[in-house]
This record gives sequence, C-alpha cells and structure tokens, in this order.
Amino acid sequence: MVERRVISRTTTNLESDYKYGFYTDIDADMAPKGLNENIVKFISKKKNEPEWMLEWRLKAYRHWVKQGDQEPRWANVDFPHIDYQDIHYYAAPKSKGDAPKSLEEVDPDLVEAFNKLGIPLEEQKKMTGVAVDAVFDSVSVATTYQKKLEDAGIIFCSMSEAVLKHPSLMRKYLGSVVPYSDNFFATLNSAVFSDGSFVYIPPNTRCPIELMTYFRINAEDTGQFERTLIVADEGSYVSYLEGCTAPMRKSSQLHAAVVELVALDNAEIKYSTLQNWYPGDKEGKGGVYNFVTKRAKALGINSKISWTQVETGSAITWKYPSVILQGDNSTGEFYSVALVNNRQQADTGTKMTHIGKNTKSTVVAKGISAGHGNNTYRGAISILPSADNATNFTQCDSLLIGDQCGAHTVPYIEVRNSTARMEHEASTSKVSDDQLFYAMQRGISEEEAHYMIINGFCRGIFKELPFEFAMEAGQLMRVSLEGAVG
Amino acid sequence: MLEIRNLQVSISTTEILKGINLNVQKGEVHAVMGPNGSGKSTLANVLAGRPEYEVTHGAALFEGQDLLGMTPDERARRGIFLAFQYPVELPGVRNRQFLKAALDSVREHRGEDELSVRDFNKIFDEAVQSLEIDPELIKRSVNEGFSGGEKKRSEMLQLSLLNPKLALLDETDSGLDIDALKTISKGINRHRNKHNAILLITHYQRILNYITPNQVHVLIDGSIAMSGGEELAKELEAKGYDWVKEDIRS
Ligand SMILES: Nc1ncnc2c1ncn2[C@@H]1O[C@H](COP(=O)(O)OP(=O)(O)O)[C@@H](O)[C@H]1O
Ligand SMILES: [Mg+2]
Repeated sequence: MVERRVISRTTTNLESDYKYGFYTDIDADMAPKGLNENIVKFISKKKNEPEWMLEWRLKAYRHWVKQGDQEPRWANVDFPHIDYQDIHYYAAPKSKGDAPKSLEEVDPDLVEAFNKLGIPLEEQKKMTGVAVDAVFDSVSVATTYQKKLEDAGIIFCSMSEAVLKHPSLMRKYLGSVVPYSDNFFATLNSAVFSDGSFVYIPPNTRCPIELMTYFRINAEDTGQFERTLIVADEGSYVSYLEGCTAPMRKSSQLHAAVVELVALDNAEIKYSTLQNWYPGDKEGKGGVYNFVTKRAKALGINSKISWTQVETGSAITWKYPSVILQGDNSTGEFYSVALVNNRQQADTGTKMTHIGKNTKSTVVAKGISAGHGNNTYRGAISILPSADNATNFTQCDSLLIGDQCGAHTVPYIEVRNSTARMEHEASTSKVSDDQLFYAMQRGISEEEAHYMIINGFCRGIFKELPFEFAMEAGQLMRVSLEGAVG
Repeated sequence: MLEIRNLQVSISTTEILKGINLNVQKGEVHAVMGPNGSGKSTLANVLAGRPEYEVTHGAALFEGQDLLGMTPDERARRGIFLAFQYPVELPGVRNRQFLKAALDSVREHRGEDELSVRDFNKIFDEAVQSLEIDPELIKRSVNEGFSGGEKKRSEMLQLSLLNPKLALLDETDSGLDIDALKTISKGINRHRNKHNAILLITHYQRILNYITPNQVHVLIDGSIAMSGGEELAKELEAKGYDWVKEDIRS
C-alpha cells in the first residue's frame, strides 16, 4: 500500500490573479550574471564536487558554446532572443553555508514560504506520507522522511548530495538517458545544473510512500536548471510527484530542467507533474520559459514508465516527456493536459521509441486553449525494425474556449516493422451552448457548468494522478481559466 | 403557478410561436399535443430560458414573477425542470457528480442543507432502482453512449431527485417500448402531487392511457388550436391532427 498525505494548499484570499505570486525576502547568494568556464567552476566548487563532475560540466559547457547561442526554433512558440549572459546561473538561500541537514536548520523564512505554497514542511515531521524534497531557487532545502526511506534501502536526496555520496550510481546513470550533448537546453543544463532530486529504489522494493519534489524559482533574473534522476532497480516500483511554482515577475525567467528515468527488469516508475510556473500577465509580459527535457529508458524486460503531466503555467512550455522502450515487453505511457490562457504558448507532447519486442505505448494528450493561448501537441512514434509486435495507441483531443485561441496537432509516425499495430484518434471540440444550457437547466451556474465540462474533458488524465494531485489539478484549472469562462 | 400571456417567439427572424395563452395551476397536469414542427419544443425551451429563442411579445409568469428575465439556472433553482427531447452528452462528467452539483444548488436556493455524500447516494440509488435503470449504466458520464430510451430514463432520474415545482416533459414518451413507457409513466405519476405541476408534451395519445391530464391543448403551427379535457386526446387519436386543422378552418 502506498501511504498518502493530504497536500493542503492555500486556495483562498487571492490578492492577485496569480495565487502563488508572493515574494519571499531572502537574500540570495548569487553568482554574478553571465556564463563562462569560471561560472561553471564556481558552481561546482560551491557544491564541493569531485573532479569527474566538474569535467562533465565543462565538457557540456564547451559543447554548448559551440552551438553559438542559438536555441532551437522548430517548436510552434514565439519568444524573443534570450540573452544568456544576462542571467544568474546560481542562487542559493543565504542560510546555506553547507546545505541544511534537517528541518531545524532550514531558514524559517523558507519554511514560511513553503507553508504559503501549501507545503507544510513543519507538519511533515509528524506525519507519515509523502517525502518532499524542496528545491528553492537552486538549492535543495530539506528532504523529509529520510529515515523511513533509508530503512527500505531507498535513496531520495538532492542531486548535490548524490554526487558526493553515491558517485558510482551517479557515474553510471547520469546522462545515460539524456546525454550532455542531447539538445541546446539539456546541454546548458548539464553545464550549470544546480540541484534537483536523485532517487534510487533497490531491487524488489516497492517505495512505501509517494516521493515528491517541489520546485520554486524565487530570485529575479535567475535561471533554474535542476536535474532529476530516478533509477528503479529490478522488480521495484516508485511513484514520484513534481510540483512547480514561481512568483510574478515583470521579466521572463528561464527554466531548463532535465529529468532522466531508468527502469530495469520488471520495474515501474510513475512520474506525475503539476506544472504551474508563473504564466505571465494578460498581455504576455513576464512568465517562465519552460524548456525541459524529460526522457525515460524502459531498459529492462517488462519494465514500465508512466508520465502524467498537468501543465497550466509558464509563458512558454517546450516539453516532450519521452520513453525509449528498449526492454522486451516494456510499456510506455504519456497522459497529458496542457492548458493555455491569455498569451501562453505550449508546444508539448511525447516521443515513444519502440526498440524491444512486444513493446506497448499509450499516448493520451488533451489540450485546452483559451484567451489568445496557442497550444500544439507534437508527438513522435517510432517503431524500429527490431520491435516485433509493437503497439501504439494515440489519442489527441483539443478543447477550444473562445475564438481567439489556437490548437494544433503535429504527429510524426515512423514504422519500420510491419508487425506493428498503430491506432490514432484525434478530436477538436468546443464547450457547446447545448451542453452549457443542459447543465444550467439543472440549476448549475454558467461558470460552474464550464468548469464541470472542462474537468470532464480532462477526466481520463486526472484519474491517472494520485488522489490529492487530482484535486489540486482541478483547482489549478480553475485558477488558470479565471476570466476566460462564465 | 404558470401563466403565459400572448407569448410570441422567433428564432433567427422566423416566428414560431404566434401568441400562446396558457394557465397551469399547481397540482395540474396539462398535456400539450401537436404534430411535428408545431412548436412544442420551442414552448418548453423558451420557458426554460434557452438563449437562441427570442421572445418578441407577451409574458410568462412563474409563481407571479416574470420568468423571461431570469437566467436558465435561476429558473431551474426556482423549480422549473425541462426533460429534454434530445438530452446532450457531457463526456467525463459523472452522473452522480452532476446530479449532486445540481441538487446542491437547488437545495441551497430552497434554503435546505447540502446533502452529505452518503445521504445523496442513498436517494440516488433508490431512484435508480425505482426507474429500473441499470446501475452500471449510470456509472458512465452524463448521457454518454446512452440509447434513446436510456436517455429518457436518465432525465426521469434527474426529475425525481430534483423534485421541481414545474416539470416540462418534452416528448419523454417518444421512442419508448411499452415496458419503458409504463415505468416512466409510473415515475411521472409518483412525482405528481398537489404542489407540483406538469406540462406533458407529446406527439401521441398513448402516454395519456397511463397519465390522466387535467387539460389537453392542441398546438398547431405555433398556436393553441383547441383545448379540452382528457377526451380530446382520444378524439385526436381517432381523427388525427388534420381534423383539428379542418375544424379551425371551418
Ligand atoms: N434552432 C432552430 N433554428 C431554426 N428553426 C428552428 C429551430 N428550432 C426549431 N425550429 C423550427 O421551429 C419550428 C418548431 O419546432 P419545434 O418547436 O421543435 O417543434 P416540435 O417540438 O413541435 O416538433 C419548426 O419549423 C422548426 O423547424
Ligand atoms: Mg419537439
């Protein structure tokens, strides 16, 4: 049984449109703006990293420099050129001489900030439930429930700690799914990644609690480059949750994360995301540029990876959680809701690469577009010659609210084995006047009727989320759609 | 309870209802009969507040208050219920959740407490059983994949839970086999009491074998051509709607 903790979030007293838009007054211990080899060395030094880690970062940095400041432009999103020399690549809360080892050492302001976010770290000591690793700007602040996990032989710690304490696992798996040379943003991340979470589940172990990381960008003009690595050893299971918020800022903030998952024989990883970075204001000023590389290797036979994401935030989302189905009989799943309102742009989807025999993938992507939002589903399904009897089911549904928004579907399909079975469904719909009238005729207000129908549209995805996250997801949709319906 | 005075209704400039007068007292059942296209659904929908219809003339009062200025949800909360001729599907919206939300808002308007999930489930399950609805079916989303008959039963389920003062039943009997017709008639008769009124819209006399109306009105081409007691329905069945048309002409 997986134990659960209720995540109680502040949902009332919205002083502004963006409910997480408060600012925490903690002086950041920042690197100067700009990026060069010295900054990479500075970051590595701050973290007391061993030589091999610094070398890896520098290799990435040098590879990145070769690409000449040119981020990829093929996605259906529009943004001004990013000045990579005008960003701080490291910011740590002041209290961090060396990272706090227990909750008591955490700056009380930080704890307060997390409480405002509805992550009651204080409370968590007393309760059994979700283990939380909270990444604030760039540093991982507290990982709760260590004891319980340690007893099971599970490692759940910050990346910085993992580099120091678990070098053999790190050297084996870091970059094994997303190599440092993978793409512009992943390369940048590899050079400057600040922190993030590391998870290792030993063989034949079912992680007894849900693991969760909360990310928050706080300091101004700071890029956030966290990195997550999860390794599920043979016959193990883990459910991992990721939540993201950022305060309101006039200028845009860059977020370029990398997530790597590895599942060995008979292992399963379930990875759920609620992404609510600041989306910018109504005119599209400010907001987070979310350029994220997420990829999983279903390496072992019968292994399984399941991505579930609810993306409501960010000015720009560029994100394709993917699965390489390498082990025979392995399974990859992608369940997604992407919502855009006002001037938000999302280009998101997945890549399923079938290599092993009898591999199976399922893709269900729901896009909701409101205001002047622009939403693109981009998906690639590849069946390689070795993948006998592979199956894929893809379903893409778009829901339009109003007539100023856009929805696009870009499916790529490559089949190189004739035994493959592929199924693809797509639909575009609007909340119809007939549906609204029907619900209102039963006494339900127009606004509630909208939310009900929109939630109904997302139902197939929400049911993949852990219960508390599903509740939270419904709330997020509401907050994100304010002003667009009713 | 319901007073309609010289109601004239157009849709995209075509006049559909051409001056309807109708008085329904509480406790009464009025049957509105008429051929296809005569304006029966228009009448029901305009009373429920469907936005596409434009009222060009006349008035409709519900319990003495002007109905036509109210939003559809307000009318519903005050106790007007429309059983749709063609109920729409709400994909992903569960029947239980939908009806609980509807009942909560109606009860709130009546000044009643919100029902606990447990109490709600109890009355929901009872109603499902008494209308002989397949409990597996009703676990689905609202009307999703329901057959015509199943949709009609589901409308009756909603009626029985929301317990409206005025029920507008738009061809609830159409497309039902005889057993289903009996079950649904039983449901309507159960709902019928001295506080409630029913406008029973139908194309056929058949349902009136099970539900005895206080009055019968014949709607032809947007006007009430004839009104009478229950015997009028029988006469219509025997002679057809053409007889009424000829009768008006002469
Ligand atoms: N949405 C609409 N747009 C145009 N004409 C309509 C619409 N709804 C109904 N009508 C017309 O109004 C007339 C009455 O329709 P309706 O009220 O549905 O009749 P009934 O229910 O008696 O069959 C018909 O001629 C029909 O074609
Ligand atoms: Mg009709």
